[in-house]
Amino acid sequence: MLAKLFRFKGGVKPQTNKAISVHEPIGRAPLPARLFVPLHQSIGGAPNPLVQAGDSVLKGQLIGAADAWVSAAVHAPTSGRVLAVEEHVAAHPSGLPTLCVVIEPDGRDEWIERRPVDHHSLPPERVRELLRDAGVVGLGGAAFPSHAKLTPARAVAMEHLVINGAECEPFMTCDDMLMRERADEIVRGIAIFRELLSAREVLIGIEDNKQEAIAAMQEAVLRLAPDYRVVAVPTRYPAGGAKQLIRVLTGKEVPASRRSTELGVQCFNVATVYTAYRALACGEPVLSRIVTLTGNVERPRNWEVWLGTPMREVVALARPRADSSSFLMGGPMMGFEIPDLDAPVVKATNCIIAASPALFPPPPPEMPCIRCGACAEACPHELQPFELYWFARARNFGKTQEYYIFDCIECGCCSYVCPSHIPLVQYFRFAKSEIWAREREKQAADAAKERFELRNARAEREQAEKAERLARAASAKASEKRAPPDPGNKPAPESAPAVDQPPAAAGEVAMTAGDAEAIRKAAIAAAIERARSQRESAQPRNTDRLSAGQQREIAAVEARRAARSTAATAAASGTAAATDSGGAAVPPAGSRRDD
Amino acid sequence: MISALAIMALGAVVLGAALGYASIRFRVEGDPLVEKIEAILPQTQCGQCGYPGCKPYAAAISAGEADINLCPPGGMDGVRKLADLLGREVKPLEAEEKPKQIAIIDEQTCIGCTLCIQACPVDAIVGAAKQMHTIIEPLCTGCELCVKPCPVECISMQPIAENIDNWKWKYPVFEIKRAA
Repeated sequence: MLAKLFRFKGGVKPQTNKAISVHEPIGRAPLPARLFVPLHQSIGGAPNPLVQAGDSVLKGQLIGAADAWVSAAVHAPTSGRVLAVEEHVAAHPSGLPTLCVVIEPDGRDEWIERRPVDHHSLPPERVRELLRDAGVVGLGGAAFPSHAKLTPARAVAMEHLVINGAECEPFMTCDDMLMRERADEIVRGIAIFRELLSAREVLIGIEDNKQEAIAAMQEAVLRLAPDYRVVAVPTRYPAGGAKQLIRVLTGKEVPASRRSTELGVQCFNVATVYTAYRALACGEPVLSRIVTLTGNVERPRNWEVWLGTPMREVVALARPRADSSSFLMGGPMMGFEIPDLDAPVVKATNCIIAASPALFPPPPPEMPCIRCGACAEACPHELQPFELYWFARARNFGKTQEYYIFDCIECGCCSYVCPSHIPLVQYFRFAKSEIWAREREKQAADAAKERFELRNARAEREQAEKAERLARAASAKASEKRAPPDPGNKPAPESAPAVDQPPAAAGEVAMTAGDAEAIRKAAIAAAIERARSQRESAQPRNTDRLSAGQQREIAAVEARRAARSTAATAAASGTAAATDSGGAAVPPAGSRRDD
Repeated sequence: MISALAIMALGAVVLGAALGYASIRFRVEGDPLVEKIEAILPQTQCGQCGYPGCKPYAAAISAGEADINLCPPGGMDGVRKLADLLGREVKPLEAEEKPKQIAIIDEQTCIGCTLCIQACPVDAIVGAAKQMHTIIEPLCTGCELCVKPCPVECISMQPIAENIDNWKWKYPVFEIKRAA
């Protein structure tokens, strides 16, 4: 069946250099002495560590649990002992550390219990959860959690499921070798994804420079799922970009800042599909990935490497030549220089290239932009890189956003064709990260403002409440002073005169020490009396609308309490009487003196 | 002559009425300029500008009472943005520009006096009387208002270290090499 293919605009044709690393089959890299498994290996939330130093772990044991929907779990690649959960340099252009679980393998490579599941028997939500907990992420390099892409859009029926085997980056052959050697598993994995998305058609896009992979996939498809279509797409960088491949295979152009699901298309990398199949059908989470070791090395080859293996040990397998000056992670177009070879291999490490001055000559000095427009012609997203460059250079980030900088996939075509050797992509990366930083700052400032306003509102409210309380207390005092002439509404008429009479008398006669004492005592007595009456007047309000049984219980409790309190007063009355008479003896003495 | 006057007068009355109506109907509550200025300010609420918070400073700028270069946390970037918004001249910052920092309480030394909690404008300190206090780091704006009240000097300001989450691609700079 001859399908009509479409063309994406722009693109370049760099030398592919793929042939050197496909002579040998995929090798299994040995276990290193120490594994440094970073917890945050995917886009989205950083998983929380589930182990601590001293724990022993089994192969496939969960060591980091996904903390959000867009996040993926991390597992121990082999059995052994956790030496530490600590910061270790990350496979990141910054060379900064990230939280890693350091595992010392015990050599037994003992599996945790593997539970293969039949995805047909499970609801789709459960399958997605299983994929998240197996750590399945996009292995093309972006490491976006796959389960989050496996929810079909409600409004649009899923028309095409695009499987990306294009692998357009020069030097890289990991997907090529995977398709050659493990085509059956890939095809079975596609069936799972197709079912989850209920996609009508499956299109497997492979660049036409990988004839063996195309043949292997066609053979597997013919045997297992004859209605899938394996399509050879013309070799042109970046045919393996999701939007570009979708364009080539389906003719659909995904608009700026929209998702392909809205057009009824979803795209997955072949390696992602393969790991998803292993996760469900074998119960094996993502513990390793295939890494191409190539470039200035004596033995370029693809290796299945345990995640967390330090790159230094991986690189040694390929025997880099003496004049290798640096190492790149990812391809020469989109990759970055590894700042420290102690960094571990992660889910996004698809290729490590040994660079030498002969292989990648240092870029000639940057010359001024001559506005030739070559970059705009090469841009596969139909952006205008020269405009973006001006604005990024001038730090006019608002303008870069107006020119859709966030649609730039950093493929490097513009830098590749620039006759002035301007590192355009670096400017765009700089602008993007500045914009993100500003966004973060803005959010923090807004949050701070809100908290400040809430705090001010609280302070005001507290002040108002305090003023009100003071006013109430003052008015209560005033009314109390007015109360004595009318003894009827006073709960303790005997003590009240004792409070008020002495000061009245003090106006005429000088107060003695005993006098003051008497006033104080009387005031205390009055306060106790007030508290008691307040307690008595405060009736529980939560006893309405209770069942008869509960009412009876409450009544019983009340009766018991009343009985106990009368008994206690009776017992204490003897001593109380003595103190009472002692206390009562003072006021008469005082009054006698007053008289 | 009379008719011309009458037409002009009528026009004046009609337009006046329209303007009067519009001024009531489309009245803007608050000062939109203050809000725009405040959106530029970093909301540290530190008072280093001499005003008790970012909003009062924004109001003072808007009223023409304050200069635009009094906000150290906003940095030169903030001054530039304010100059852009208000059409004023960019002026060098009054104080020196510091890297972003947060307060750290030395929890061994803290005596639990709650003075810093009262000073924090954004409620970023937790603790209780005679209990250890600590800073909620993501909420700290680095305003330094808690440093002075501490009677045992256990609060220090520390610059925020670069990590993977806040790391930024650098502006491309190339060494110029001497031609051999």
